[in-house]
Amino acid sequence: MGYQEVLIEAQGLTKKFDDLIAVDKIDFKVYKGECVGFLGPNGAGKTTTVRMMYCFLPPTTGELRVAGLSVNKQCREIKALVGVAPQEDNLDPDFTVIKNLTVYARYFDITKEEALKRANEQLKFFQLEEKSEVPIGALSTGMKRRVIFARALLNQPQILLLDEPTTGLDPQARHLAWDEVRNLKKKQVTIILTTHYMDEAYVLCDRVLIIDKGKIIEEGNPAELVKKHAGEDVLEVDYDEKVLPILKEAFPGASFERLGDRLQIFTDKPHGVFEGFLKEHPMQNVTIRTANLEDVFLKLTGRGLREE
Amino acid sequence: MTSPNLRKSPARFTIPTLTYRVWKVWHRNFDVFTKTLAVNFVPSLLEPILYLLAFGFGLGGFIPSIQGISYIKFIAPALVAISIMNGSFFECTFGSFVRMYFQKTFDAIVATPVSVEEVVGGELLWGATRATINSTIVLAVVAAFGLISSPLFLLMIPIAFFGGLMFSSMAMCFTAVAPNIDFFNFPSFLFLTPMFFLSGTFFPLTSLPRAAQGIALAILPLTQVVNVTRGVVTGHVEPILGLSPQWLLIYSLVWMIGVTIFFFVLSINLMKKRLTG
Repeated sequence: MGYQEVLIEAQGLTKKFDDLIAVDKIDFKVYKGECVGFLGPNGAGKTTTVRMMYCFLPPTTGELRVAGLSVNKQCREIKALVGVAPQEDNLDPDFTVIKNLTVYARYFDITKEEALKRANEQLKFFQLEEKSEVPIGALSTGMKRRVIFARALLNQPQILLLDEPTTGLDPQARHLAWDEVRNLKKKQVTIILTTHYMDEAYVLCDRVLIIDKGKIIEEGNPAELVKKHAGEDVLEVDYDEKVLPILKEAFPGASFERLGDRLQIFTDKPHGVFEGFLKEHPMQNVTIRTANLEDVFLKLTGRGLREE
Repeated sequence: MTSPNLRKSPARFTIPTLTYRVWKVWHRNFDVFTKTLAVNFVPSLLEPILYLLAFGFGLGGFIPSIQGISYIKFIAPALVAISIMNGSFFECTFGSFVRMYFQKTFDAIVATPVSVEEVVGGELLWGATRATINSTIVLAVVAAFGLISSPLFLLMIPIAFFGGLMFSSMAMCFTAVAPNIDFFNFPSFLFLTPMFFLSGTFFPLTSLPRAAQGIALAILPLTQVVNVTRGVVTGHVEPILGLSPQWLLIYSLVWMIGVTIFFFVLSINLMKKRLTG
C-alpha cells in the first residue's frame, strides 16, 4: 500500500478499569489517509481504544501517539486535530441544531461567522437544513446521529474518530454517511471507524483490526481476510445427520460450521464447485453465496452472545 | 520511544491549569440562561418580596427593634446573602449534575481543546455568576423597600461573585461524589437548611449559646457571607464573641478567601477523578 506517514501508533497500550482489563497490551499503526475499522463483539475494547485516542480516557500503561503527539501530555493539540463522533448521544438538548454546532465550534476558537458558515455547509450536506432551528429533543435518532457526524467535522479534522456512526440510521442515511466517509478519504483525512456492520467495514475500510477481549486477534485488508478465513463460496443447507457424511466426503478440504439448524460449508475452491455437487445431490433450502466479512468475524470471535 | 508511561488512575492531586477556555464553558451556560430568561428571573424576584412581606412586615410587626434597627432592616442583608448561597449551590449541584450525567454535555466539550479542568472551572464561574445575578435582583428589591443604608452597597456585586464561587466550589465537591441526583437531598437538608437558620440570618448570632456561636463563626460559610453583606448593605454589624465589627469583617473575608481557594482546587480535582477515572 502507498501509505507512508504513521499518524496513530500504539505500543503495549493497556487500559484497566478496577479489575477489568478492557484493552490488553495492544500494538497497532494507522497511516495517514487510511480508513481503519475496529471490529469486535460488545465489550471487546473498541470504544475504550478510541476514547484513549482523543484523551477522553488516559491509558493505564503503554504508549499512544496521535499525529506524533503523546496522549499523556499533548491532549489539547491532539483534540484540535481530531473530530469525534461518539457512540452515545451527547448533543446539547438545551439548544437547537444550529446552536449545537456553533457553540461546539466556539470551543475550537472558530470565529462566529466561520462557525455559522461551516455549520450551514454541514447541515446542507447531511440534509438537515430545514431542521436548523429545531431543538435537539424533537429530532429522530437517525437525525441526531447525522448532527453528531456533522459536529465532528466542524474543526476540519485531520483524523476522524467514528464510534458506531451508523447505528440506528435508515439505509438512506447510512449511504449518506458512507458517501461522506469516502469524500473525506479523498481529502486524505485519516478515519478510525468502529462498527457492528460488517458490510460497512468491508466497503469503507482499507484495513480492519478484529479485537476480542481487549486483544487484536487479526488484522488486514477486508477482502484478503475473507479469502484467508472464509474462502470463496459458502453453501448453506438444512442441518441433517444423514447429509453430513456425504458433504464431508464431497468436500474434504472445506470447513463446516453449524449455525442453529443450518449448516455452512466454506470452501476456497473456485466458483461452481457447489453447483456441480447439487446437480448430483438435489436438496431443498439451499443457498450458495460469496463468503463475507461477517463469516470471518464469527469464525474468529465465536458465536456466543456477549454481554455489554 | 520513551519508557512505558506509568501514570496511574486516579490522577494525582494537582493545581489545575486553567486558560481563557473556561469562559467558553461559562458562555455555553450563559447562552442557555438568556434563552430562558423569564423562567430564571421571576422566581428570584418573587422570593425576596415574599420574605420581606412575611418576615419583615408580618412577623416584624411584633418585634419593635433588633440591635437598634427594625426587624425588616435586620433581615434584608441576610436575604441577599441567602440568595448568593442558593443561586450558586443549586447551579453547581443539580444544574451541573444534569449537564454532566444526563445530558453528557461535559463529555461533548472535553472532545474539543477544552480540558476537564476548564469545564469544571467554567461551571464554577457560572455558579458564581448565577449567585451574582440572583443576589443583585434581591438587592434591587431590598433597595426598592428603602432598606439600604450604606454607601458601600455596590461592593455587593463583587462580594456576591466571590461568595458564589465559594458555594459553587463546595457544591461541586458534592457533585463529584454524587451517585445519583437524589443524593443532593443530603447537602440541601443537612448543610444548606441549618445554615439558612443558624448563620445570624433571622436573629442575631449572639442569641445562641456561646458554643453554638463559636461553631457558627468557625465552620459555617453563610455566617461569613452574612457578616460581610451586613457590612456593605446596612453598615450595621454587631460584635460576636468579643470580635469587634472591623475584626469580624476581616475575619470573615479571610475565611472566605482561604476556603474558596481550598474548595476550588479540591472540587476540580475530585471532578477530574470522577470524569477521567
